[in-house]
Amino acid sequence: MSLDWLGPGRVPVTLNVNGREVEVTIEPRRTLLSVLREELGLTGTKEGCDEGNCGACTVLVDGRTVYACLVLAVDCSGRCVRTVEGLRRAENLHPVQEAFVDQDAFQCGFCTSGQIVSAVSLLEQNPKPHRGDIERAMAGNLCRCGAYPNIVAAVLEAARLEEAPDAKD
Amino acid sequence: MLPSFELLMPETLPEALEMLAGYAPDAMPLAGGTNLVPDLRGGKRRPGVLVNVHGLDALQYIGRQDRYVVMGAGVSLADVLESELIGAHGRVLQEAARVFANPLIRNRATVGGNLGNASPAADTVPPLLVLDAELKLASAGESRWVGLEDFFVDVCDTICRHVELITAVRWLVPPPRTFSRFRKLTLRKSTAISVVSVAVRVTLGESGRCVDAAVALGAVAPTPIRVHEAEEVLRGEALTPEVIDRATRFACTAASCIGDVRSSAAYRERVTDVLTRRLLAEAQEWSEEQWERS
Repeated sequence: MSLDWLGPGRVPVTLNVNGREVEVTIEPRRTLLSVLREELGLTGTKEGCDEGNCGACTVLVDGRTVYACLVLAVDCSGRCVRTVEGLRRAENLHPVQEAFVDQDAFQCGFCTSGQIVSAVSLLEQNPKPHRGDIERAMAGNLCRCGAYPNIVAAVLEAARLEEAPDAKD
Repeated sequence: MLPSFELLMPETLPEALEMLAGYAPDAMPLAGGTNLVPDLRGGKRRPGVLVNVHGLDALQYIGRQDRYVVMGAGVSLADVLESELIGAHGRVLQEAARVFANPLIRNRATVGGNLGNASPAADTVPPLLVLDAELKLASAGESRWVGLEDFFVDVCDTICRHVELITAVRWLVPPPRTFSRFRKLTLRKSTAISVVSVAVRVTLGESGRCVDAAVALGAVAPTPIRVHEAEEVLRGEALTPEVIDRATRFACTAASCIGDVRSSAAYRERVTDVLTRRLLAEAQEWSEEQWERS
């Protein structure tokens, strides 16, 4: 398939999502968010505002956090997409996920997967963040329940767990 | 769901420019999409064809060319924030990048997109105005450099023609003993549109007097503006409270504030005064430190 001309009808696109190559046939107007949820069944990524304000749809594209509702899925062809479903290590939760459970870092939980993806990205760039680093790095993720203090506590705990995996015991 | 469109995926910049020319005026470039995608969804823009310039290699560089700092228009705000070269020779722009929207938007939004969108509140504009930046507008087969101050026409309107793409931004490396800073007032700490933004550049001469100065304001007029009258006041003078007061008054006069959802006109005028005065006071403090050091 030539990639220089797409749509407006459906076109085949190969995406790499959580390390797996998947082929979907989609219109170019489809956002990464809608393709993840409706074509691939990856509903961990949430649709909140659908206009790049809330962060419920946060995913990693080539290692950087983006709002999946602002990105066209076809523009992700040839790039690596990671969603909350791809964070788990073998049968275990990611340390950030564990810390969110331990610290009660959510109430309704709708923003949680986006919060976790942003936190994972932060810790990959800065393994020992201070409170202010966390507040700045996660400023694009809203929590309408106001669980922020516990979210910050969870990220701090995850950083400790990553540094000394046995510290929890 | 977004409205329907055709999406063109050029692999090179010349291909992208051919596509824009071939489909003008119905084609629009798509870069980071942080403005355009919500605009498409809301029906504010209805192009039949999008030319995807996101990720084109030819638009992704930050470097030094002779006496200029030059960067591709596809550079993201996150790239600006991480660039040592811009930190050294365009601190005012890096300060704006640091408080631009939020990390997710910064990872995606491009400098070219922020300029081309031509919001009166665009945060990259006052810094680039005080750096006397120029933009490269390219179309198939030709290109021109234009001064940023001549680029904006009105709210969301520029001199960029349908067949043209902003491909690069450049500014002269500022002389030694140059102070450049950016401040904005927003209603919350992140993901917020500026109520007022101010950028100031001051270059000191051997005597400690100001030999060159630039003041630019955002969100107080249909386009971001330079305040040349304030700059005239500063040029040739040592920065004193009296000089700062006179320059600030000119800044307030130049502003034609409106009231909107973020602020009343009167509050905007007051904030223009406060932020301009504060930045110039910082410049004064800095200039006194420079003087003591020499």
